[in-house]
Amino acid sequence: MTASAGAAGTRPQGFRGMRDRAGTLAASHRSITIIVGWIIVATALPLLMLVPPFSTFQTQSLWIDGFTNAGVFILLALGLNVVVGFAGLLDLGYAAFYAIGAYTYAFAASPTVPWISLHVPFWPMLLVGAAVAAMFGLLLGAPTLRLRGDYLAIVTLGFGEIVPAVFLNADKVTNGTNGIGGVYKPDLFGYQFTLGNPVPYYIAMVAIIAIVMILVYRLQDSRLGRAWMAVREDELAAASNGVNTVTTKLLAFALGASTAGLAGVFTASKLTFVSPDQFSFAVSFTILAMVVLGGMGNVWGVAVGAFLLYTIQSVLLKQLNPFFHTLNVPFLKDIDFVQYQFLLYGLALVLMMLLRPEGLFPSSRRRRELHTEVDEYVGDELGPDPSSSPMEQS
Amino acid sequence: MRPDIVRVLQPIVIIAVSLVVVWLLLGGTQQFMNFLTLGAIYALIALGYTMVYGIIELINFAHGDLFMFGAFVAMWILTVPLGMTGAVDNPLQLTVILVVVMLPTMIVMGLLGTFIERFAYRPLRHAPRLAPLITAIGVSFILQNVIYSVFGPSPVNVPQVFPLTRFEFLGGRVSFLSLFMVAIAVFLMVLLQLFVGRTRLGRAMRSTAQDREAAELMGVDINQTIAITFFIAAALAGAGGTIQGLYFGSVQFNLGFFVGLKAFTAAVLGGIGNTTGAALGGFVIAFIEVFATQLGYSRWSEVAVFTVLILVLVFRPSGILGQQLGERA
Repeated sequence: MTASAGAAGTRPQGFRGMRDRAGTLAASHRSITIIVGWIIVATALPLLMLVPPFSTFQTQSLWIDGFTNAGVFILLALGLNVVVGFAGLLDLGYAAFYAIGAYTYAFAASPTVPWISLHVPFWPMLLVGAAVAAMFGLLLGAPTLRLRGDYLAIVTLGFGEIVPAVFLNADKVTNGTNGIGGVYKPDLFGYQFTLGNPVPYYIAMVAIIAIVMILVYRLQDSRLGRAWMAVREDELAAASNGVNTVTTKLLAFALGASTAGLAGVFTASKLTFVSPDQFSFAVSFTILAMVVLGGMGNVWGVAVGAFLLYTIQSVLLKQLNPFFHTLNVPFLKDIDFVQYQFLLYGLALVLMMLLRPEGLFPSSRRRRELHTEVDEYVGDELGPDPSSSPMEQS
Repeated sequence: MRPDIVRVLQPIVIIAVSLVVVWLLLGGTQQFMNFLTLGAIYALIALGYTMVYGIIELINFAHGDLFMFGAFVAMWILTVPLGMTGAVDNPLQLTVILVVVMLPTMIVMGLLGTFIERFAYRPLRHAPRLAPLITAIGVSFILQNVIYSVFGPSPVNVPQVFPLTRFEFLGGRVSFLSLFMVAIAVFLMVLLQLFVGRTRLGRAMRSTAQDREAAELMGVDINQTIAITFFIAAALAGAGGTIQGLYFGSVQFNLGFFVGLKAFTAAVLGGIGNTTGAALGGFVIAFIEVFATQLGYSRWSEVAVFTVLILVLVFRPSGILGQQLGERA
């Protein structure tokens, strides 16, 4: 169970050497790197949107608003990455925790809730929402994480359907399909966030992502993070080395859920509205596609994957039609690209798994794992996953 | 009594008694026929899940969408080449139409299933478990969106070729349609049992499921066997889709998601890898759903089904008819 093997080995020369040294430096001061990196990215992006190819699509303030929404998906992808990328558990109902976070804030801060009327401030509710989502993660995970991975996928899929269904059907508590409106917007030391100005939301989002990212990075290299990777790569070996696999997986599940809770609280306050149809399976699927395309297990890769996919789906796909219309390309101008979004995601997932299972921006460890050739002699039983042996027990 | 008579009689008596109990619980023939038809559909799909899982240990997330795809293929055959619009009264003609719809649907779906296996799952047979699972989800979305882009988001009507004649039976009205559909489903299930239990290919399937390497050493063509399994599973889903379309009168692109999830629950409930169990599970799930509707909780029926799924996985992961596999199941 060695940590990153990048620093080991012979010292390369020239550019590679410089890059490696910079990498080592960044790795040893990771929190500072993340904060500096985010400040640079977060200031550069809005400025870049003033430059022609981007500024022709939409105004800067719309871009900033879009980036904030993309930030929600970056948060979700970071959380799901802990579950899928670090611990190797397939969670297909991740949007359920997102929904739980959003409804938690809506219950605590909206005048239109049928059974209660509170106005709890936004910032503590961020933590409460995360905690409530984590609690549900524990509740769902405790009985089911003993099961083998693919059963977990189905249980979470079912959970992801149950939660919006409960919010939809329990209309005396949640207003059913109409949702809860008028959710209070955040304020900070008397400064009130407004719908017209996207910049405060943007800054808040960048700060939240930076904090979550630092936490995730620190977790990855901690004892727990190494236990996650051990469980992912070989559960049996991890267990015989003294890793409590159930607790380890449970913590991954709960921490992943808490990040979704954060994202949910933020979304509820930004949209000032929650309804069950915001949390369908398509959302879980989109987040999964982001994590897989970005590169399971690689924190920056996942963040970039989420950002790119969200921007492509919310801006570029909508712009492609007018674009091909102005160019008058015969076949392409009649295609509604937004309609094919999920078809493209599906194709991307399949092709990615077949051709480049480690994602666009892979973590080196994950890449080695996914490209391990199965030894012909020992056959399946000692393959990359201990539970992949055929059903010899049944 | 001779032991083999007991062996034959025992399941018949159990089935008969439980059918009577279900009939009483559902308060009569009307709901009972609903239960039977729904159960037949779930059972046909659950068989596909269970066969695929039994042989390559993959939850084929795309299976529910294969069912939906089959429903659309059947609808298309009925509407476009056959040009059906209304009921057909002549029983002989009706039978011919059904055969002409169902057989090609099953063959097309079987080929599609084999195609998916060949290009999406076979290259990943030795990859970590997560890879084929994610691929299967991708395939599921591809199938759904192919149908979506061809037929659009709203439900598409299926021509009602069955006349609406009903007859009185034990105080309720039974349509020939539902009787016919249940009969077809039961016929296919019996055929499958005979195929798996009595033929050379069936034996190859069972041995591959038990131990792939050993089967290969004994001369079983693994790739061919797995391809045939996918063919049969998808063909059964196609049959289920045909029944669904004819019985409910319309099909929609997102049909496969919920039905697939319920059928998977059925497969788990019956004991995954066990074909009899899958059929049984299908009827149990249908009973839960119809019973919830009967009690006036139709909106909660889906929640009830998934709660059952979670409870079964927690307390008896091997299912009703499965063997005890302990922690690893």
